[in-house]
Amino acid sequence: MNYSIAFRTIVIKEIFRFIRIWPQTLLPPAITTALYFLIFGKLIGERVGTISGASYMDYIVPGIILMSVISHSYANVVSSFYSTKFQRNIEELLVAPIPNWVILGGYVSGGIIRGLLVGVVVALISLLFSDIKINNITITLSIMVLTATVFALAGFINAILAESFDDISIIPNFVLTPLSYLGGVFYSVDMLPGVWQSISMGNPILYMINAFRYGLIGVTDIDIQMSFIITGGFIITLTLFSLYLLHKGVGIKN
Amino acid sequence: MNALSLRNLKKTYNNGLEALKGIDLDVEAGDFFALLGPNGAGKSTAIGIISSLINETSGSVSIFGHDLRREREKAKSCIGLVPQEVNFNQFDTVKNILLNQAGYYGTPRKLALQRTEYCLKQMDLWDKRDTVSRRLSGGMKRRVMIARALVHAPKLLILDEPTAGVDIEIRRSMWKMMQEVNQQGTTIILTTHYLEEAESLCRNIAIINHGRIVENSDMAGLLARLHVEHFVLDLAHPIAAAPVIEGCQIERITDRTLNVAIPKEHGLNKLFSQLTAQNIEVISLKNKTNRLEQLFMDLIDSNPTGDKR
Repeated sequence: MNYSIAFRTIVIKEIFRFIRIWPQTLLPPAITTALYFLIFGKLIGERVGTISGASYMDYIVPGIILMSVISHSYANVVSSFYSTKFQRNIEELLVAPIPNWVILGGYVSGGIIRGLLVGVVVALISLLFSDIKINNITITLSIMVLTATVFALAGFINAILAESFDDISIIPNFVLTPLSYLGGVFYSVDMLPGVWQSISMGNPILYMINAFRYGLIGVTDIDIQMSFIITGGFIITLTLFSLYLLHKGVGIKN
Repeated sequence: MNALSLRNLKKTYNNGLEALKGIDLDVEAGDFFALLGPNGAGKSTAIGIISSLINETSGSVSIFGHDLRREREKAKSCIGLVPQEVNFNQFDTVKNILLNQAGYYGTPRKLALQRTEYCLKQMDLWDKRDTVSRRLSGGMKRRVMIARALVHAPKLLILDEPTAGVDIEIRRSMWKMMQEVNQQGTTIILTTHYLEEAESLCRNIAIINHGRIVENSDMAGLLARLHVEHFVLDLAHPIAAAPVIEGCQIERITDRTLNVAIPKEHGLNKLFSQLTAQNIEVISLKNKTNRLEQLFMDLIDSNPTGDKR
């Protein structure tokens, strides 16, 4: 059995899906982030000054790029897989001789690709406002891919457990967005008072954004090694949990 | 070789409903097999387990000798499923639906394109290949599901009420197509509520009721068990009362129509002679109920709890 064909079929289907609906998937992040750069970076940022030696515009660019990667890798998988469940064409996959890891890998890859594509779009827009020179390309790309993987996996789990369309919007609105904003996109964690600094250290997105910021502009509040350990730990845990849910048929089999 | 073997297959849902109470079933390779039963009898649960959409509680499923638990991928690659309800992506084109399905089964792209063209032409859907599937009629959607199930050339095709809700013309064309597929060597398991469909297409039959197989035999043998047949007779001239013929039950419906229940050993020739002797001229007759329907009702009525016979 050639699983690479099944894997490729799922990935290509996912890519065509988000490209076909590009006004919903690729255009909004371009507009939203352009406004972020203009309002927060340009208009307000000029009055803020520098953080850790970087201009405010340069400081927020990595966080805004990674925030877009996070939300879109998550959104792609949660909406696509839940729609597949809702329309019952998940049955096409369940009947076919595809191992669970191929189904998971296919959908997660689709989410990663959309997340990275949106990340590139946002990065290109940031060039209109900032002239960042990449500090470390390996760290930049690897943390971007790993972060997209974490949130594509999280989106997959959300889609499996969701029983209605409301359930797929609760996590992005009430968990992901607050965690992203509180993950140091717009500020350094050092600027927070003591107790909030400690609380922020429990936010995994803080580690990802700081590692990505280090990769891009060489500035970070936390240890980069810890970022990779935490991100890798999340990937392993979420992968195992996703495979467990698929094996048990939770939410997808009667 | 058996295309399908079920052994002591049980399913109890989380709400405590015992949908299958340990069924054993064999379907031979090449057969056209009917799996019948009233609503809620356990047919869809059985098909769901065979096609991996439902997890069994216990028991085993073997498809062409491959155990569904131990050789999952090999067993699944033998099956094509046409579900009761439309379950393809309604925003995809007809061609993409088939190409994706072929891809899921590991079919290389070039072969997938050839198979897609073949199956769509077989289902008379080739001219709709680029149509977004939600724009198709109900009958066309059913045919897309059959084409999709055939695109990877399965050895076992499971049709779960494939003709439900389609008009008689489409139904008959689907019957013809199913017979052609079966003649090409594909084993077919059909569930349907149209019993004349099962009677005219299937060679063997199992009837399931309350989670148990209450009948499993060849169609001809089963129909031979029907001792009394019911006919409606249209008469040339009006009559005032139903004639009396020993051994037959005759009921006057209108002055030109009779319902007749006639034992097989009595024979129609003898009946006509006896009616002619009473100056009653019959101009046409038809079966009042489908023969399989009569047997089906007898079996279900005599087995209200699904006890084994």
